[in-house]
Amino acid sequence: MENTLSTSFSESLTQKIEALKDHYPHGREKSALLPALHLVQAEFGWLSTPSMDSVAHILGIKPIEVYEVATFYTMFHVKPVGKYVLEVCHTSPCCLNGAEDLLKHIQNKLSIQIGETTADGLFTLKTVECLAACGMAPVLQIGPDYTYHEHLTPEKVDALIADLSQKK
Amino acid sequence: MSIQILLEHAKVPGIQTLEVYRKQGGYASLDKALKMGPADIVEEVKKSGLRGRGGAGFPTGMKWSFLAKPEGVPRYLVCNADESEPGTFKDRHLMTTIPHLLIEGMIVSSFALGAHDSYIYVRGEMMPQIRILQNAIEECYAAGLLGKNILNSGYDLNLHVHPGGGAYICGEETALLESLEGKRGNPRIKPPFPAVSGLYNCPTVVNNVESIAVTPWIINNGGEAYSKIGIGKSTGTKLISASGHINNPGIYEIEMGLPVEEFIYSDQYCGGIKNGKRLKAVVAGGSSVPILPAHLILKTVNGEPRLMSYESLSDGGFATGTMLGSGGFIVYDEDSCIVRNTWNFTRFYHHESCGQCSPCREGTGWMEKVLHRLEYGHGKMNDIDLLVDVSKKIEGNTICPLGDAAAWPVASAIRHFRDEFEWHVKEPKQALIRNYGLSQDQLVTA
Repeated sequence: MENTLSTSFSESLTQKIEALKDHYPHGREKSALLPALHLVQAEFGWLSTPSMDSVAHILGIKPIEVYEVATFYTMFHVKPVGKYVLEVCHTSPCCLNGAEDLLKHIQNKLSIQIGETTADGLFTLKTVECLAACGMAPVLQIGPDYTYHEHLTPEKVDALIADLSQKK
Repeated sequence: MSIQILLEHAKVPGIQTLEVYRKQGGYASLDKALKMGPADIVEEVKKSGLRGRGGAGFPTGMKWSFLAKPEGVPRYLVCNADESEPGTFKDRHLMTTIPHLLIEGMIVSSFALGAHDSYIYVRGEMMPQIRILQNAIEECYAAGLLGKNILNSGYDLNLHVHPGGGAYICGEETALLESLEGKRGNPRIKPPFPAVSGLYNCPTVVNNVESIAVTPWIINNGGEAYSKIGIGKSTGTKLISASGHINNPGIYEIEMGLPVEEFIYSDQYCGGIKNGKRLKAVVAGGSSVPILPAHLILKTVNGEPRLMSYESLSDGGFATGTMLGSGGFIVYDEDSCIVRNTWNFTRFYHHESCGQCSPCREGTGWMEKVLHRLEYGHGKMNDIDLLVDVSKKIEGNTICPLGDAAAWPVASAIRHFRDEFEWHVKEPKQALIRNYGLSQDQLVTA
């Protein structure tokens, strides 16, 4: 059963995860878990249970060890999300520079609430805590490659959304 | 501009590449360090008076000298690049603009500590910075600055970059080590300290990005030269992340001892308050440190000018002072709502609590709820004392300092801005449509 699960990954993804193990001492392969989950999420957009089971298989750990980690860290999506995840910082320094109005603007623009995904599956809107870019507030990042967009205004966000909508 | 130790070459075009970095004198400290030997390097760092730049301010040289050295057991150096303290964005800046400075620091520090595998634990959100560091590390392997027999010294070092997953708590050193081992970021009970039992139960030093990036300068110029910069026990320079209602937000490398007033109002630094408004309050060292009203951040209670240093910022204790912390300097203008800001910070800590200790897990949630109802016009007068009570029950009662970090902003906001909290209870409808502004006390001193 374990073998069938691991085959859900492409050979190149499996190899990339295998290669991560080299960074940690023998017997400590579990250390590669966070970087491995990032690789899997970059490929599939989110972490399904079978994909987490495959990671467990490759790293030689129990599936529960993967689930408990995946659900602890906020970057990992354990449910499907849109192609682009807009993560808007709403911690104090960003709020001092208009993050709350910006969030409302995006909600209206995309007709979704925080935590929801647009009907076309393109955008998910999330709030996140401090992204360590407070001098460039307000800030949002876009998964899956985690580009930061800084000094945002409603106009800049409109342009960004238009750009991503065209790319699809 | 005062002396620049970290950012001197940050604006040189192409400084991210090894070639340009070396032309600017980069990696000179490595040659010197390999000849000096570990014990002398530790001695120079001790002499420098460098204190941990992550927030705690513990002397770096002393931390290094505590590292246990049992025979046959590997030792590790781990760089804490999990920058997440609200208001702090200096490490991200340093890694983006001058990545080789951190790597050079990692190599000399690893050599000093006898580590052969070192890790830079970078916040997961900083994927672009992770790629920058990985490229820089590859350049170093190719040039013989990393790997086996570095510069024919016989010293071997592998340097690894490890991404986090989005958790403020992993900035706490033992949570970071748990995370590096592929687990949830639950802080460990100390002792044992990482210096005795850290990564994989081996002796480990965990240092902030900025602390490590300073070491090449100390080796090149000597610990004594470093100790002469700054003021008193706050030696050297400090990267300050300036944000909020100021004209020039950004990263500034200041010499310790710069007057706070100059930092806020000089065009060289923050350039004053945006839109010509008046200053209301400052959080000087990241969201965890006590917030101070304008008059107390500019001058100590004894009327002396407040300086950017560990000692001056903490002058007066928590009654009238604060902390330098991580140097996350957030400025609030006269229209800022302290209740809303406190609620914002508390929501952050509730979100980021790992959930291991009940006082923090439950207490941060209660404080968030009470602050929310105060901000949204449903508060009662005894809610204010309730908040103080809950914050006291969290403080000092948790495994790691996140509990304290959550308690202090609440306690200090009420200590210094109680009238504004009371106004939210007395005038709930007004509080929904306008800000309280400056208090009567502040208007007198403003």
